[in-house]
Amino acid sequence: MNNVLEVKNLNITFDTYAGKVKAIRGVSFNLKKGETLAIVGESGSGKSVTTRSIMRLLSQNANVEDGTILYNGDDLIKKTEKEMQKIRGKDIAMIFQDPMTSLNPTMTIGKQISEPIRLHQKLNKEEATNRALELLNLVGLPQAEKRMKQYPHQFSGGQRQRIVIAIALACNPEILIADEPTTALDVTIQAQILDLMKELQKKISTSIIFITHDLGVVANVADRVAVMYAGKIVEVGTVDEIFYNPQHPYTWGLISSMPTLETEKTLYAIPGTPPDLLDPPVGDAFAPRNEFAMKIDTELEPPFFEVSDTHSAATWLLHPDAPAVTPPAEIRARQALYKEKFANYYGKNETSVFSSENEVKGGL
Amino acid sequence: MKSYAKYLGKRILYMFLTLFLIASITFFLMKLLPGTPYSNQDKLSEEQIFIMNEKYGLNEPLPVQYVVYMSRLLGGDLGTSFQFNNTPVTELLSTRVGPSLQLGIQAVVLGTTLGIILGVIAAMNQNTWIDTTATFTAILGRSIPNFVIAVLLQLIFGVYLKWFPIALWNNGFSSSVLPTLALAIAPLADSARFIRTEMVEVLSSDYVELARAKGLSRLTVAFKHGVRNALIPLVTILGPMAVALMTGSLVVENIFAIPGIGEQFVKSILTNDYPTIMGVTILYSAMLVGIILVVDVLYGIIDPRIRVTNEGGDE
Amino acid sequence: MNNSKQTVDETIKLSPDMFNPADSSDKVDNERISAPSLSFLEDSWRRLKKNKAAVISLFILIIFIMLSVFAPIVSPHDPDFQIVSHANLPPKIPGLTINGLNGTQALGDTRVDKYEQQGVPEGVSYYLGTDGLGRDLLSRILHGTRVSLLIAFVAAFFDLTIGVIYGLVSGWSGGKVDNGMQRVLEILSGVPNLVVVILMLLVLDPGIKSIIIALAITGWISMARVIRAQTLKLKNQEYVLAAKTLGESPIKIAFKHLIPNLSGIIIIQTMFSIPAAIFFEAFLSFIGIGIPAPTASLGTLINDGYKTFRFLPHLMWYPAAVICILMISFNLLADGLRDAFDPKMKD
Repeated sequence: MNNVLEVKNLNITFDTYAGKVKAIRGVSFNLKKGETLAIVGESGSGKSVTTRSIMRLLSQNANVEDGTILYNGDDLIKKTEKEMQKIRGKDIAMIFQDPMTSLNPTMTIGKQISEPIRLHQKLNKEEATNRALELLNLVGLPQAEKRMKQYPHQFSGGQRQRIVIAIALACNPEILIADEPTTALDVTIQAQILDLMKELQKKISTSIIFITHDLGVVANVADRVAVMYAGKIVEVGTVDEIFYNPQHPYTWGLISSMPTLETEKTLYAIPGTPPDLLDPPVGDAFAPRNEFAMKIDTELEPPFFEVSDTHSAATWLLHPDAPAVTPPAEIRARQALYKEKFANYYGKNETSVFSSENEVKGGL
Repeated sequence: MKSYAKYLGKRILYMFLTLFLIASITFFLMKLLPGTPYSNQDKLSEEQIFIMNEKYGLNEPLPVQYVVYMSRLLGGDLGTSFQFNNTPVTELLSTRVGPSLQLGIQAVVLGTTLGIILGVIAAMNQNTWIDTTATFTAILGRSIPNFVIAVLLQLIFGVYLKWFPIALWNNGFSSSVLPTLALAIAPLADSARFIRTEMVEVLSSDYVELARAKGLSRLTVAFKHGVRNALIPLVTILGPMAVALMTGSLVVENIFAIPGIGEQFVKSILTNDYPTIMGVTILYSAMLVGIILVVDVLYGIIDPRIRVTNEGGDE
Repeated sequence: MNNSKQTVDETIKLSPDMFNPADSSDKVDNERISAPSLSFLEDSWRRLKKNKAAVISLFILIIFIMLSVFAPIVSPHDPDFQIVSHANLPPKIPGLTINGLNGTQALGDTRVDKYEQQGVPEGVSYYLGTDGLGRDLLSRILHGTRVSLLIAFVAAFFDLTIGVIYGLVSGWSGGKVDNGMQRVLEILSGVPNLVVVILMLLVLDPGIKSIIIALAITGWISMARVIRAQTLKLKNQEYVLAAKTLGESPIKIAFKHLIPNLSGIIIIQTMFSIPAAIFFEAFLSFIGIGIPAPTASLGTLINDGYKTFRFLPHLMWYPAAVICILMISFNLLADGLRDAFDPKMKD
């Protein structure tokens, strides 16, 4: 497997007046070439911090306590600021959440797009402008030539996000980090931007880390999903595994709280609130909100249990000694569907073999 | 652009309304003052005062005097100073505008330039000793009254070191150095503080983070994306800065004995020279209102966001 | 996930009963927040306390305010009492032999004891010397500080009252009233405050009252602006809308909802208008149209001192130092308060 990015045992804290907030507590994941990995979780679970640390754009009160971030085998944590500047925008690019504020209001968008091109590809002004024009056409902005000279406020939110994407793609980055790129947009525009990203990924074969709290979006774009809770990854697997065979009670909760067309009864809500990371609880951080919590959950942190080669979850429920529990109805239905769909794979091979392009995804 | 012209027209109308009100209020306030405006009034008999009043039209009813004054004002006539050899106020002031204007411009250029540098340095090193030092310097500049600074400069560089003339306006540029320095402290402190605040905000904005994500160095980001955006709002404090300079020029010109408007104003105040006081009042107000208008127009030109929104109508 | 894959450490003995359901007592209280919860003022105070410069300034200001409140008691001499034979004495602090503070003055190459020379009785000493009329400088500075602070505080109080009321009414009313009130502000802000203050002082009898009135007339405009802008913002907040829907009167809403939320900005504005008033009083007195003699203010003392500063520099530098310390302290404290009230700076 060729991993473009391997994050190992990342631990990040933030200094605050009340003490050290343990924002990231031992996060490990990897990103394969050309795939889209979605990182899902509620606000404050550490999604954005993780990606900011890959870009090394954390705020000053953040400390990387432990861990490595290997980009093609090189540890980004150990890079100097100068070396990072050569990587940012060229090898790893980023799209931010709010297109309304992420463009410089007093610079023409033409200039803003050609900036990274001139910086990294050493093109002259004219060549860079031509490349910028090309990019604007690529992201589907009409009348690109005329609009190059305009300022951000003359564009709509969706158009601005297209421009931000054009900036990110300017140097054909190997990794694209999209931090909630559609959250601030209208639903119809959201779909357009997602389609654009999928289309562009095919064209330039970038690996994408897609951060979101919206499971609907995940089903739409991701190959694999990592679910984060309280600064940890609690479950990771292919999009089918996470949507149709989730193992962690938190993932169960997330999926059950996702509205579908069939939802008739009240929508499920996970009780309680996430823990305070200033003083994370002993054991499983999710235990207090978990109706299936066992004694061990309050004492020991669960390790990862492998469900398949591509699927693992950090919950004691997967321990052989654990009692069998009945997941919520919604999950049971999904698991049944999963079994049926992949019945032929079961038994033959424990490690599931299925394409990420499977049609089952997309919500029941 | 049509509505922008309308907006501008409205602003100019307000400008004249303001000036009209100021002139009227000043006129009536001056009439409330006790005593006659003649320098040698102690020696004058009632009869002589009556004759003098007759000569200057001061025996007319108040409304008549008001109309006469205002219509003369429209023609640029500010009246006659009774204290200073019966010179027309316009003439009295016009010879004094030069030094004041030179000092004011030198002080603004010097002060804001240094202030911008100081503010940018402070913001880029936020919460370090550099920031603390720069911020404290700005607070010192704001806090120490300009007359204290002026006297200090005069003492150190004029009396002890003898680098520059102690006072007076007869040595060309070197005469202007110390008063310029004394006047520059306020714009320096104000712009440093303003730029630091703006810059800190700009540096924490999303577009600066995006610029960093493009791979630009901290320094490039600060200058290409930060400073420009932080500088634009600086024009808004030009108005208050002008007022501070007028205030400052009153004491600084007096301390350095510079034949400027400020020095004349203080002299006129102390000698109850009402026509000149009114003249300076109107001159200062006209300058301030003019600066506010220019700032407004300038802001529209340099900020691309306003450039368009202004086309939408007023404010 | 080869990297994150872990197997259960076999050395840890997991007893089967650990897999029993947890009872509620096992579950930690997740709603517990370990960061202490702070009210707005507590939080601001915590941040202010971290700002050493602001705390020191506050301390210095308290000392100066106490000294000026009790100036009639703590002054060693009557500030207006003239003893012509004691004129222009240098500072003398009993027990000190440092030149400049021992009552001696350089005269040519030798230092002479001015106190002895002018026949000042043994035991009488002026800590900061005397002025040209033989008045004790220390007592005059104490009383001068009292006058300057009084003017500043009262003027700031008027600024606050007028500005807050004007801003609240303008912002809350909206529509035509707001529009009209804004036009008035626009016109007023075209008048240099310097000019207004000077005109007022010419019309009114010179004195403390006139200066306060003159300063109050010009000072409230910026407060009114800020309060109006904030009121416009707050007016549409849900809790204000809720209060409105519940039928609370505008005055009650202003006191219960608006003013508490505006308190931060009001305090900051006031803290900046106090040093501005101190400066303006000193400025007016310095150009000679401020407080009339014999009343001392920091401005008149500096003005008097300036007249003789080449020969008796201490007469100017002591009051100048006091005004500088006051201004720096007020500005530092105001800056500290602004940072403390600004949640964006929260760390």
